[in-house]
Amino acid sequence: MHQNNLNVGLNSDLGSLARGDQHHETIDISDVSPEKLLRHLTLMERIRQAEEIIGDNVLNGKIKCPCHLAIGQEAVPVGVSAELTSNDSVYGTHRSHGHFLAQGGTTFELFAEVLGKVSGCSKGMGGSMHLHKASTGFVGSVPIVSATVSLAVGSALAYKIKKQTGVGVAYFGDGAMEEGSVHESLNFAANYKLPMLFVCENNLFSSHLHIKLRQPHDSVARFAQANNLHWEVVDGNDIIAIQRASKRLIELARSGEGPGFLEAVTYRWRGHVGPREDEDVGVMRKDDLNMWKKRDPIRRLAEALINAGYLKNNEWGESKKRITSELNADWALALDAPYPHLSQLLGSVYANGSDL
Amino acid sequence: MNPISTKNKFNYGEAIREGFVHLLDNHPDVFVLGQGLWSPWYVGNTMKDLDVIYGKDRIIDTPVSEAATTGAAIGASLTGLRPIVIHPRVDFMILATDQIVNQAAKWSSMLGGQAHPAVTIRAIINRGGEQGAQHSQALHSWFAHVPGLRVVTPSSVLDARDLFIASVLSDDPVLFLEDRWLYDQVDELPASPQLTPLHELGPRISRPGEDLTIVGSGYSAYLALKVADELARSGIESEVIDLRILNPFKKDLIVKSVAKTKRLLAIDGSWETCGLGGEIIASVCESLELGTLKAKPMRLGLPHAPAPTSKPLEEAYYPTVKSVLDAIKSMNISKH
Repeated sequence: MHQNNLNVGLNSDLGSLARGDQHHETIDISDVSPEKLLRHLTLMERIRQAEEIIGDNVLNGKIKCPCHLAIGQEAVPVGVSAELTSNDSVYGTHRSHGHFLAQGGTTFELFAEVLGKVSGCSKGMGGSMHLHKASTGFVGSVPIVSATVSLAVGSALAYKIKKQTGVGVAYFGDGAMEEGSVHESLNFAANYKLPMLFVCENNLFSSHLHIKLRQPHDSVARFAQANNLHWEVVDGNDIIAIQRASKRLIELARSGEGPGFLEAVTYRWRGHVGPREDEDVGVMRKDDLNMWKKRDPIRRLAEALINAGYLKNNEWGESKKRITSELNADWALALDAPYPHLSQLLGSVYANGSDL
Repeated sequence: MNPISTKNKFNYGEAIREGFVHLLDNHPDVFVLGQGLWSPWYVGNTMKDLDVIYGKDRIIDTPVSEAATTGAAIGASLTGLRPIVIHPRVDFMILATDQIVNQAAKWSSMLGGQAHPAVTIRAIINRGGEQGAQHSQALHSWFAHVPGLRVVTPSSVLDARDLFIASVLSDDPVLFLEDRWLYDQVDELPASPQLTPLHELGPRISRPGEDLTIVGSGYSAYLALKVADELARSGIESEVIDLRILNPFKKDLIVKSVAKTKRLLAIDGSWETCGLGGEIIASVCESLELGTLKAKPMRLGLPHAPAPTSKPLEEAYYPTVKSVLDAIKSMNISKH
């Protein structure tokens, strides 16, 4: 074992994609309309600020449920959801605030949910880790690692049986690649050529443990290759690269060419759970985190827009302030929202409530 | 379409097949997936030729992936279909426990009643024949413990068909557990199924009596009827209650019966410790006034050991009509 020097014996298939000191450059936005780019930028900023508000309120004790923040990873869901509609079926994980918001969920419903309020997206019954909004195509997120991957495959199977154009989408992390049911799901989806997109957000960590301490290679796309899936590995902090790859893979899936696998390499700025940065947790975490913050997906898009003349510095500043005041208003509303009635404890165990 | 349908006598396995035919003929949103569906070796006569009649795209024989297959069934149900996922042995279904217990059972409550996995998980208890510890288990007590699941254990030919149909048409996740020891049982089957919603159904009295209440489910309910026949020869009239649905557990009929007979025997095909028999006895005892019972309540289940393979050990392992009758002697039931 080489736990004190992780570069010894490392098989890095990801190369520079796994490095925080690389890819600080502005992203390539050629051939994309400024309107779309500004929408992406605004949505990523909304997701980041929403999670910052959640983090602050975990610290001050107003939020009690476990919250897993994805600050630093906003480009992935915004890029993928840009190619999806409410007729697709998207499934998330324990770390799914961004997946929920990118697919069309509102910040008010998210805030109310993490506060356990009945106005939340899951009626206050789920908290941060169990989000749902069928009308947007966001079917659900759960904290059992890998559990929704096979469910998303089932949605893809349903679309194929019903001859509908929807795709199943499963978000999961590099840790989930160590779970057996993911490998069953890759084989199952490939075997039946299902309209399915697997999205692995490889943030190099599972909880506190770096991928080098868990797997012999740092790129998980090798499992997609083994199952004959279409696959791409992209910079997970480059929203346009993510969107372009998603578009290619989703088009193949929708046209009956079989499932796709997207590995988006990124990094989470906060700890596994809660708002702290956990610099003391995990080998090399402190140095890496400082570098990865310079690979910020939001800054890289904002600067690209400013350089291209689509956005002025002061406009971007105003825009961020406007988002802050909107989210603060949502947060205040959520704080005032009512809790579920006690009857809800038994009221939704079965479809008809409870027959006892 | 189905050549068997013209007759009126069916065995239990054929009755399940009749349930499939009804569902597949009348409900285009129903499809079936699982291992061994194209082979009688796995599912007996319960699915004979269904893949030929309805197509291999609707009767899907899957890879050896219990977790993914069960998860896919749940996901397909959340996308508007009514899947039936089949595990030809309960023992192998354990590999899909996350999908059943953490996912199917919890999504409705956990997401505020907005998502209902209308999936039926059909599993077969297939034991005896020296198959041993990992080919024999009846784990209904585990799953009866979990809120959000419905657990159905048909004992009769009629229930094999009609409870199966009701399970698949339920909007909740249902674990439908059948016992291969019941497959050869033959009975008449009315041409049309009784389409009562599953949540309106519960235990039923399969034989009325005054002297003793015997409660069982699945094969144990069948065994209870055989025991009652023997007891009747010596003038003891047992009331037999077939639980039929273990989850949610509905105790009222049992309590009412024991208030009348004042004696209770629970027979169960799973291990006694922390099992269904204990639940039956506890729910009756806490509902009756002290002193109601004329004999100590009794449960008969499996000894606290995995199923053996060796013939004499296996013979001693499972309750039989004789072992149940021997045990009942200690209740000192007076003849009519």
